[in-house]
This record gives sequence, C-alpha cells and structure tokens, in this order.
Amino acid sequence: MKRKVDENVKREPFSGRIISSTIKENIDEKVEREIVYSRPECMHDLPTILCPGCQHGLIYRLIGEAIDELKIRGHCIGVGGVGCHAMGMGMLKIDAIMALHGRAPEVATGIKRSLHGKPIVFTVQGDGDLAAIGMGDMINAVNRGEKLTTIFCNNAGYGTTGGQMAPTTLLDQVTTTTPEGRQPQGFGYPIHVAELLATMTGMAFSARCALTSPAQFNQALKTVKTAFQKQIDGVGYSFVEILSACPPTFKKTPLESIKWIMSHMLEEYPLGIFKDVDKIP
Amino acid sequence: MLEKRLINGNEALGYGALYADCRCYFGYPITPQNEVVEFFARELPKVGGVFVQTESEVSSINMLYGAAATGVRAMTSSSSTGFSLMQEGISTLAASELPCVIADVQRGGPGGGNTQTSQMDYMQVTRGGGNGGYHNIVLSPASVQETFELVQLAFCLADKYRHPVIILTDAIIGQMQEGLELHRLDFGPLPDKKSWALTTVGDHDDPGRFIQNAPGILGSYRDYMIRITKKYQEMTEKEVRYQAGHTEDADLIVVSFGSSARSSLWAYHQARKEGLRVGFIRPITLWPFPTQIIRAAAQHTKKFVVVEDNLGQMLRDVQAAVQDKAEVHLVGIAHRHLVTSSGMIFPKTVLQEVKRLI
Amino acid sequence: MPQIDHPERELLCGGPESYTGLPTMYCPGCHYGTVARVICEAIDELGIKKQAIGVAGVGCHGFMIGTIATDFVFALHGRGPGVATGIKRSQGGKPIVFTIQGDGDLAAIGMGDIINAIGRGEKLTTIFCNNAGYGTTGGQMAPTTLLEQVTTTTPTGRDPQVAGYPIHVAEMLAMLRGTAYSARGALTSRKNYNQTKKFLNLAFQKQMDGIGYGFVEILSACPSTLHMPPNKALKWVEEYMIAEYPLGEFKNVKEIL
Repeated sequence: MKRKVDENVKREPFSGRIISSTIKENIDEKVEREIVYSRPECMHDLPTILCPGCQHGLIYRLIGEAIDELKIRGHCIGVGGVGCHAMGMGMLKIDAIMALHGRAPEVATGIKRSLHGKPIVFTVQGDGDLAAIGMGDMINAVNRGEKLTTIFCNNAGYGTTGGQMAPTTLLDQVTTTTPEGRQPQGFGYPIHVAELLATMTGMAFSARCALTSPAQFNQALKTVKTAFQKQIDGVGYSFVEILSACPPTFKKTPLESIKWIMSHMLEEYPLGIFKDVDKIP
Repeated sequence: MLEKRLINGNEALGYGALYADCRCYFGYPITPQNEVVEFFARELPKVGGVFVQTESEVSSINMLYGAAATGVRAMTSSSSTGFSLMQEGISTLAASELPCVIADVQRGGPGGGNTQTSQMDYMQVTRGGGNGGYHNIVLSPASVQETFELVQLAFCLADKYRHPVIILTDAIIGQMQEGLELHRLDFGPLPDKKSWALTTVGDHDDPGRFIQNAPGILGSYRDYMIRITKKYQEMTEKEVRYQAGHTEDADLIVVSFGSSARSSLWAYHQARKEGLRVGFIRPITLWPFPTQIIRAAAQHTKKFVVVEDNLGQMLRDVQAAVQDKAEVHLVGIAHRHLVTSSGMIFPKTVLQEVKRLI
Repeated sequence: MPQIDHPERELLCGGPESYTGLPTMYCPGCHYGTVARVICEAIDELGIKKQAIGVAGVGCHGFMIGTIATDFVFALHGRGPGVATGIKRSQGGKPIVFTIQGDGDLAAIGMGDIINAIGRGEKLTTIFCNNAGYGTTGGQMAPTTLLEQVTTTTPTGRDPQVAGYPIHVAEMLAMLRGTAYSARGALTSRKNYNQTKKFLNLAFQKQMDGIGYGFVEILSACPSTLHMPPNKALKWVEEYMIAEYPLGEFKNVKEIL
C-alpha cells in the first residue's frame, strides 16, 4: 500500500513527527489529547531501525523503563556489542560506547574500574557476541568479581549476518549454516548461559525472561530492575538473558515468531531466576 | 636532588607511567615483560590506582579501550605474541580516537618464538598492525632512563592527538639494569578531555555521549577519513625525533634503533676514534620515521648500514628515504654471536662490518 | 623406554611404555612430571599410543611434549581445543586427540575456547593441570589462585573485591550438555594417583566410544609459585587446594541426550 503524502504537512524524517503544518488541527493535536502511553524518558524520540517483529527494540524499551524507574540515568554508561542489539544503544539518552565483538565485559570493566566503581555500567550483548566469541570474556569478567550488569539477547541465531547458526540455536533448527537443521553430531548443543553463569561464585543474580506477553514483559522489567539493583548494591555480577524473536532468522512472520518462541524456545530455555544472592560469601 | 634508582627497563616503564599520572593498568603475564605487570600490581594500589590482571591480552586492550573512553590516563603492555593479539583492539582505539599508551617489550618470533630479545615487531608497529591503515606514534627507547622519559612523552602525545602511542622496547632494554633519575617532565598544556569523555550524564550536560568504533555510522565517513589524514600529516611534520652524529661529513652512516643502537653507538664512536668518517642516526620515533635527515645525508653519504636485530625491516624505510642515492646494507639477525635464541649483535661485529663496507 | 641392564636384579618398576625416556625439565617438586607419567600410564592401559595425538598449550605443561611418546603439536596460548578439533575432524574422527592445558592456558585466555569446543559437541579429551598460579612467567595470579594466596601480582593476597574468585572449571564444564565426563583428581598420595589414573582412563574412554567431551582436572604443586620446598608444597595442595577444589567425578554419562 502506498502511503499518502499530505503536502500541507511537513514531517521530520524517520520519526514522522509533524514539524509544521498549514492545517490547524494537526498542530493542536497534542494539546487536545491526553498522553496515556509514551516512550520512557531516557529514550530518544527515534524509531528503531530493526526489522518488523524484532524484539530487540522492546528490550531497549525495557532497559529504558528500568533506568527511569530506578532513576539512575545520570549514573549509567552502556556498552554495546556487535550485532543488531547494538543498534539500540543510540536510542538511550545515556553515555554509551561500542565494543568489539564479544569484548563488552572488558570494556565495561575498564570503564567501571577507571572511574573507581562509581558509574552503573551495563552491557547489551547478543548470542553470537556473548555465547560464541565472547564466552571466555564473560566468564572471566564474572570470575574477576566485577560488579556489572549484562543483558543477553538470545534470539537463537545470527540476525545481522543473515540467519546463521549461533551457539544458542535449537537442535533441528534450520539456519543458513545448518540447512538440514542443527544436528549434535557436528554442530553440538544449545548453550544455557544463564544456568552456566549461575554456578559461578562471582555471580549475584542470573535469570532468564521472555517478552511474548505483557505479563512476561512486566516480569522481565522487574528482573532487569533487580539486576541493576545488585550492581547498585555492589553485590556482584548480574545477568539477564532475554529470549527475543528474530523473524528473518526464524523465516517466520512476526506473530509466528512469537509463537515459535513459546512452543520451542521456552521448552529448551526455561524462564526463571537461577541465582539471586544478597551477599557473596 | 633527584631520586635515583638502579632498576631495569620494565620497571622504568612503570615509573614513567606513574610520573605521567597514569593510574590505570591492565596486563597479562608474558615473558620478558612480567616485571611491568608485577610493578603495577605492587605500586598502583599504593597511590589509589587501578590494577587488573586480565585473562588475556585481548582483555587487556579492551579494558584499556573502556578506561581510555572515560578520559583517564591508562596503559597496557605485552610482548610480541601478546601484542599481536591486541591488534584488533589497537585498531579500535585508533578508530575511536582514544588516547592511551601500549608497550611492546619485543621477544623472538615468529609464532610463539622464544623469550629472548629481538626487534622483529618493527613492521607491525610502524604500519599500524591491525586493519584499516591507521598509524600509531611509535617511540623506541635505547636505555632505561630514556624508557622512563619516553613513557611520559607517550602520554603527552596520546592526549595531544587523541591516539594510541606505542612504546617499542625489547628484552634487552626491559631486563637490563641501569641507573635511573626519577623526575617529572613538563610538556605544557594539553587539550581538555572533558568535552568527550564518558563520565555519565549526571556529570555533563550532553543528552548522552556515544563513542563508537565504526567511523561513519554517524556522520560522514569521508570527512572522518580526511580529518584522520590531516592528523597523521600533522604528526609526521611535528613529531619526528631522532639522535644523530657526524652526518655532515660521513662516508658511511650507521642507522639503528633500540637495543641494537647501543652496539651501533659504540661502533660509531670507535670508528671515529680510529679516524674513519662514520656517522650515526638513531630514530627515536619509528613512526613518523626521520626520513628527511636520512634523505639529506644521502646527498653526500653514499653508504648506509642498518643495524637491527631482525631480517631487515627498518631497512625498507631507510631504502625509501635514500631514494637510490646510496647503498643500504644490513647487519641483521644473521650477525648474532650465538646460534641459540639468546644471541645478539655485538658492538665489535658492527665495527667489523663498518670497516669492511667503508 | 631404555632400561639399564642389571642381569642380577629383578625389574619391579619401570617407566611406562609410552614414556620417551627423556628426563623431565621441571623444577624440583613440580607435579607436572607425575602428570606426564599418569597420562602415559593411562595411554598404555588403554593401548592407544598409536592412535593418539596430543596438543600442548603454552606454559610449563607444554614441556610434557618431550616425555609422552605420541604425536604432538604445540598450540597457541589457550587455543588447544581449537587445534584438537582441526586434527580430529580433518581425520574423520579417527585419532584420539587430547589436549594438555594449564590454568592460565585453559581457565584464563582459553576459557571461551574450551566452552565452545564442548558446545560444538567435540569428542576430545582435555587434561587440565591446575597449580593455582602462573609458573612459567614467575608466579603470578591465575584464575584458580586461592583467596588470600600471595603471588607476584597479588602481593597482599588475592582479594575477591579486586581480583575475584577461584574458578571451578570441572564443575562448570559438567553443566554443559556436550560434556560426557568431568572429574578432578590430585597426585598427593598413591591413592589419589590411582584415582586420577582411573579418571583419565574414563575420560579417554568417552572419546573412544564417541560419546562426548572428556575432562580431567589435576591439582598439582608448583613450589616456585608457592615459594615453598617440595614437601611443603605438596602439603599445601592437600590442605588448602583440595579444600577449595574437591576431588571426584562431576559428570559421567553413557549417552548425551
């Protein structure tokens, strides 16, 4: 369907927000209506550049809401990895830096320690970034006793490069590098990062959430807030894995992608809190 | 009265950093630079600094990236193989224009090589080393005292140009004990880092700063490239440093850097004593390379001998500088006194070659 | 193994068959020579000397290359599992490939490599020599260094607030689906030695049966890192290391589901 362009209205590029209009009602539209739902305060008024049905935009909204509710915007520094998830970092009105593929925990360590532990530093990493190239980096950061927060976007594949297998890809899942489906003989097994990290001493909090329903979103928000709180309290490393839909990798429509997460991913990756301590002995 | 110490070059690296107010160090053990890691583990906590023993050189360089982004003075160090692991990170630091200092205490290569000395990383450090055609300023000390002073200069240059600066030493300079006078060097005012450093939005008025390692994602890639090129031109014009002697009347000039320059220096003095018209040039900055002085000398000097502990790397830079106006010879790793990895180029070998060639 | 000929004496004990006969080049009191011996014995008992290819990492453990008479390749620091994968897969899975790695090699720089090797479902065996420090470079802290342990990079003892916690690799790898066998042994007594050999046999067996990854962590003494004489270093392992790192099997499955 072709979008109708109203020549009387001048709009901002990308966001489509009305800058000026010769029609009076358009200008006054904000004044007359009550805002019941909007972006979190700490997010820029920009559209996401992610594919339709991708849940990474939602993850950033979640982070934004958590930062607003905890009122920590003035103390936060974000570290983005390499992958689609990194494209959201520019959406937040906080200081942010891009890391090399898999190296976000070290960059976060450098920031946190060089400022003597003052800022609240979090990384957002994808499954290729964290579970493949950055697995050692992550484990060693936890083991060094860092007080950081990591949001791990698990969408069971490499979205940015066009839908290849990730360490988190399910068995029998078809990707461009597992055209016959992932077979354990030759391609191994899906990795359970949240459970693995929960076994480590340096871990204060480890959980897995999904965003397939409003109830789950609210649960995820609560979990992300708890994770930030662990860092604020200086307990230890906090980690939240969020199952996320990637329609291009799944080769499904947005709705089907969500359903696939519910029917397949949740079975392999159970939701819940795997570690939650207030003090590391 | 200046404080004096008898210490090795690796610890001088540490003192240089402390005197330059560097309070952040990230490092991984590798021979022959372990003394640097251990120095900071011991000394930084005393001055409220940050020391992290990392799990790999990849981690070291990425932590350095994070720390440099917050605008503090930070450094890391390694030796050849570990330094190779850092290349992706150094490329990132150059792309993000973040000031920091990295020391490479060279050992033998290629591959795992050995733990003894060599000067085999010349090409890697002077050509950038990672992807994307960047250049780092490379400082090459030839003594413990100079190591201490060049580290201070390195931090100054890093801040001045917002760029990584490399200190290239080797196992000889690093492990050798010499007298050191501790004193702070003053380089004058430097650009303020407060306008770009990540210190959280509670600390500055911007809506959120963004440091990214992929130039051109935001804004024009071509403009970025033009700006970077200008920066490299400025470095090339202003930052060339070298030591030279008798280049005006020489029949033969010895060009050498780092530890092998010490052998060469003795050979040059000895040759002069014996009445031979020999000159000497020691590049202190390996990039930017002192091309001009060598080119000028090549107008009347017809023979150059490059002394370096490798298969001939700086040789190429000297050849490019003389533009076929003079012969360029190499005294390289094949001239070492031993067949084992602990061999080195002795002063008398250099003198012998000088006498043979002149 | 060259034997000295004493016709009048009965030979009660000799070197294992797959021992090259070269003396070890380790410091007095170092356990790595014993680790090499126990590996040789396991290889002999299983009769796999002719099919085995070893991969040694970077560190003192790498010198075992001279003492075990199988084919060997040196890997870059921490990259043993990657190199072993290349060998195993390029030969259609035929050779029995094992890696020998130290705590700096495996638990620090190579942590991601081993986890991803197991994640890929490789059928390899890894022998992890844990001596709670970096011996080769002169006694710095390793990820496995105990809390309060003094090393050259933790001059006042390892403080968890600055330098983190000792890592339990055997337990952690047991969590992974691709691991068929994971155990921790020590060499502080004859009993421990025999148990460790049993662990090694099983870890190799899992690979031979094509079940999955086999992993054995061996606690070793490094008198140089500990600044102790050999007998005290051995006591230290018994008293402190075993308390932090319990011995035993953490995973032993017949089939990966």
